[in-house]
Amino acid sequence: MLIENVEKTTTVEELKKIASQVRRDIVRMVHCCSSGHPGGSLGCADYLVALYFREMKHNTQFNMDGISEDLFFLSNGHISPLWYSVLSRAGYFPASELGTFRKLNSRLQGHPATEEHLPGIRIASGSLGQGLSVAVGAAQAKKLNKDNRLVYVLMGDGEQQEGQVWEALMYAAHHKVDNIIAAVDYNGQQIDGPCDKVMSLGNLKAKYESFGWRVLECAEGNKMEVVTETIQKAKSLTGQGQPIAILLKTEMGYGVDYMMGSHKWHGAAPNDEQLAKALAQLEETLGDY
Amino acid sequence: MKKFTFEEKIDTRSGFGVGLVEAGRLNSNVVGLCADLIGSLKMGDFIKEFPDRFFQVGIAEANMIGLAAGLTIGGKIPYTGTFANFSTGRVFDQIRQSVSYSEKNVKICASHAGLTLGEDGATHQILEDIGMMKMLPHMVVINPCDFNQTKAATIAIANHFGPVYLRFGRPAVPNFTPKDQKFEIGKALLLNEGADVSIFATGHMVWEAIKAGEILEQKGIDAEIINIHTIKPLDTAAILKSVQKTKCAVSAEEHQISGGLGESIAQVLARNYPLPLEIVAVNDTFGESGTPDQLMEKYGLTANDIVKAAMKVVERKAAMKTLSV
Repeated sequence: MLIENVEKTTTVEELKKIASQVRRDIVRMVHCCSSGHPGGSLGCADYLVALYFREMKHNTQFNMDGISEDLFFLSNGHISPLWYSVLSRAGYFPASELGTFRKLNSRLQGHPATEEHLPGIRIASGSLGQGLSVAVGAAQAKKLNKDNRLVYVLMGDGEQQEGQVWEALMYAAHHKVDNIIAAVDYNGQQIDGPCDKVMSLGNLKAKYESFGWRVLECAEGNKMEVVTETIQKAKSLTGQGQPIAILLKTEMGYGVDYMMGSHKWHGAAPNDEQLAKALAQLEETLGDY
Repeated sequence: MKKFTFEEKIDTRSGFGVGLVEAGRLNSNVVGLCADLIGSLKMGDFIKEFPDRFFQVGIAEANMIGLAAGLTIGGKIPYTGTFANFSTGRVFDQIRQSVSYSEKNVKICASHAGLTLGEDGATHQILEDIGMMKMLPHMVVINPCDFNQTKAATIAIANHFGPVYLRFGRPAVPNFTPKDQKFEIGKALLLNEGADVSIFATGHMVWEAIKAGEILEQKGIDAEIINIHTIKPLDTAAILKSVQKTKCAVSAEEHQISGGLGESIAQVLARNYPLPLEIVAVNDTFGESGTPDQLMEKYGLTANDIVKAAMKVVERKAAMKTLSV
């Protein structure tokens, strides 16, 4: 098999088409196993598609150490349908395998895992709050290896309630880990309701900044043009002695009208009728698996 | 009974400190992390020699475990250092998900294990760590008995790919094993051959087992003494070979009776060769403040306690013989 280095000059229009297919994959996957987390998966689709199909240099011939590659870590592991779809559509494994999601003997576990050796996954996640620490460690390994590629990590906003996140934030600034771009899916929702009701995050930007991070706000995390611009800006700010964060304002359930604007679809799967309604809103661009 | 001697008493954590420097020299991928306990963990010499390969984490153990897991991605071999309590109970979920389930090459190095931490009291004297770590799939659990063995183990684990829990202690204890020994993970060490009872000891209790063997000899009991430095994977073959000869066993550890070495041996015996077993361990209670010696005596972890257990198990063996006749 050919080793392909992906750092393409995919156009925004092409990225949007890929994101549409990824969203179709997500709703079909969670429908097929009657479980999983469509809301956050749909909301972050544009960000992950932008990373994997344009902004990151990565190798679909998977290597755990990822030397000379940009790395991505998913801390909010429950949006695994999104990651699996993006990985398969990028070429890490056949899209046909998406149909095995959450089923017995599958490599596509409910939450990302390494035991089944699914290409593209470097660490298990799901128990929240751990991914930022892991990403910071991987970023420091890159520095030790004189590897100037970047480490990306995505967290949920509800996840910011975990104390370990703040341990890692403090550490990364203190140790000047400036080869990391940490994004927070700032959709304002968590399982029990709006974050502001469950446990207010307060001024998250000010909190990150007071911990020593450089913070970019992306007000339109579901607009591909804005997402790619934000990532490029973030990349341009790396290597300056400060870790970089993106507060990515997304809409939970984006792309499927009845899933938007509510925490109700955080961890619920559509039935047959709802699936048909969702698919009618999402263009099939790369062929369903 | 074979004679055992030692030149000095020295803490096992110092063996870790010396071993870490050596591991660092042998493999440039070895890196160190510490959560504000450099002096206690004896990591100072490693930092002096390899300042760029050491990361001070501050009092943030959960982050330390995650960082270590991340550092393995890129080929590093991280050794994390803090007290055994903060190395395990405090960060169990981080170890479970980011290290053990993810099969990361992290070496969790834990000092001040057990009662012999002493005066700080029960908040710091963890007696449940072996249990927590041995329950995790992929995890190797090592509890060496003295300075030389801890040093050898510290060097050896760099060559084992996968998560390791290395447990050692605070007090100065007899340094009696060979100076430049080769440490083989999972290989029990036969210290003294005997015919009447098998004593399986780990960590600080190995020296107590040797002292117990000398006392038992005077009582006419010929004890076989085996150092189980690796609790997982357990050397089942060595255990079975010994008990097939002696027909009864005593285990000894500085740990809760639940979840420790004794429980692992009980499982081996019950499944393969059921025989009388006595477990010398802390009996489902927390520790307290005191000197290490006072605590080991109060909680029943001395040579005399091993002797009592050995005599009891030998009696049980005799009673079983009578029954079967």
